[in-house]
Amino acid sequence: MSPSALSTRGLDKRFGSLAVVQEMQFDLPLGARYALIGPNGAGKTTLINLITGMLKPDRGEIFLGGDEITSLRPEGRVKRGLVRTFQINTLFPHLSALEAVTLAVCERRGCTGTWWRKLPTYGDAIEEAHGILLSLQLGAHCYRPTRELAYGQQRLLEIALALATRPKVLLLDEPAAGVPQGESAELFQVIAGLSRDIAVLFIEHDMNAVFRFADRIIVMVGGRLLVEGTPKEIAGDARVREVYLGGAHRG
Amino acid sequence: MTTSSAAAASPQQYLAAQIRWRPVEIAFWLAMLTPYVLTPNYLVLASQIAITALFALSLDLILGYAGIVSLGHAAFFGFGSYTAGLAAKWGWGEPLSGLLIAGLAAGLLGYGASFIIARFRHLALIMITLGLGLLLAEAANSASWLTGGADGLQGVRMWKLLGIFAFDLYGRTAYGYSLAVLFLLFLVARRLINSPFGLALRGIRENASRMPAIGAASSGYIRKIYTIAAAMAGVAGALLAQTTETVSLETLSFQRSADVLVILILGGAGRLYGGIVGAIIYMVARDQFSGINPQYWYFWIGALLVAVVVFLPNGILGGLARLLPAGGRA
Repeated sequence: MSPSALSTRGLDKRFGSLAVVQEMQFDLPLGARYALIGPNGAGKTTLINLITGMLKPDRGEIFLGGDEITSLRPEGRVKRGLVRTFQINTLFPHLSALEAVTLAVCERRGCTGTWWRKLPTYGDAIEEAHGILLSLQLGAHCYRPTRELAYGQQRLLEIALALATRPKVLLLDEPAAGVPQGESAELFQVIAGLSRDIAVLFIEHDMNAVFRFADRIIVMVGGRLLVEGTPKEIAGDARVREVYLGGAHRG
Repeated sequence: MTTSSAAAASPQQYLAAQIRWRPVEIAFWLAMLTPYVLTPNYLVLASQIAITALFALSLDLILGYAGIVSLGHAAFFGFGSYTAGLAAKWGWGEPLSGLLIAGLAAGLLGYGASFIIARFRHLALIMITLGLGLLLAEAANSASWLTGGADGLQGVRMWKLLGIFAFDLYGRTAYGYSLAVLFLLFLVARRLINSPFGLALRGIRENASRMPAIGAASSGYIRKIYTIAAAMAGVAGALLAQTTETVSLETLSFQRSADVLVILILGGAGRLYGGIVGAIIYMVARDQFSGINPQYWYFWIGALLVAVVVFLPNGILGGLARLLPAGGRA
């Protein structure tokens, strides 16, 4: 068995009497591209929040590259290489794209505690940040304040911030949410082009993107794992079809 | 647009250009010397302005850069004031070491408070800082054997500054001293906000909830800047004690906390110079208005405040920055 980059065992989370995630269990192999799909309210974002430590699970364990991280704080998980992006842009509005990514790079390099040296003296951190922005086609806009960037560019900046932490596992929560169809393909091209050293788990509703870019697909319904398989298996799975096509009628 | 020039410069050069000293800054500091020539009868006021500017600068570090709202910042000002005053009263009237002691004492108090501060944001912070401020003010009031209570601390005798300049009635020494300390600590603050640490603070202000997602534990940064700001406020308070040779309970009062917040918002928070410009305008206005009408001068201060917030929501400096061409970002 090859070691997985990320795995969960029996994750449970309840909000009051509502069980949002139940006995969730999966393995994300090194360098894999997995999609996490399911109808609205299936618990996908909650699962991401549990994995990244923004919520505490009621039960279960989370492993990152073999180490248990269930009780680690969110920033500690990032330091170990587990990073997420947000479904709704969660950026630094008045920082320029370059400043924002430089901040993330400096944080990883541990120089953000230094207050007696000027930021521009950290030339290699700035160059690294600029390189990330260039690789995401944000080079031309990197001096503009984040809030002035086009929406699609802000979605890319979400990914740029995550990449600046040098992740081993990248969790993308609807990376193309709100992006028009044409641009969405471009965005997924960027994701497909990411280094194969990074394992990616992405939530997405656009089935074209899911079937094109995922090695395997995890389907979640009502907080539980319904089925996991290759795109072909999932496309042919009767239960998945029912959830997506027939579920609405039967409530 | 900026693209042509920006594309030519490397990102590093671009960031360096952002923080370079601008001619207007140098002119500003030179202009701060002019009271000696232009208004020699107002040096006492000028000294008070420099001290208040330093106090406002310390608040800017936490409010303008890290987004920590405080309604009790006078706690550190007053604590520094009493520390310096008591040191002089008990026989150590050397001004510079007195400043240092006061800064350390206020910084230590700030460090203690920062453990509570770092856990809260927004409205809760207003309540907590307000509470801490009131707590300290009442403690000073009741410990009248130490502080002199409502009569103020008497018997503060300062030695000559550097062994040469005696503190005089006209504020000649006081202004030079206060201005020099303000300038030095301004340099420290300027370096600090242009450092990687300063960038992390701006990150906290812009989006505290994103910080953990890039691997940053905000609370450590908040504790650090709060401690630094408290020490700086303590130095400002010590300057007041040393240059006036007395300390009153007013240094710890809610009024002083509120005034400094008003001054910073008036000038423009998050711009380094905002507190200084705000202090000049507020204190000159107060001096003039109270000359016209000693009883109702707050009426005019109120009118000034409403006008600034309505017409210049980012403070006076924010309004000026909009008038300047792009690239003149203050």
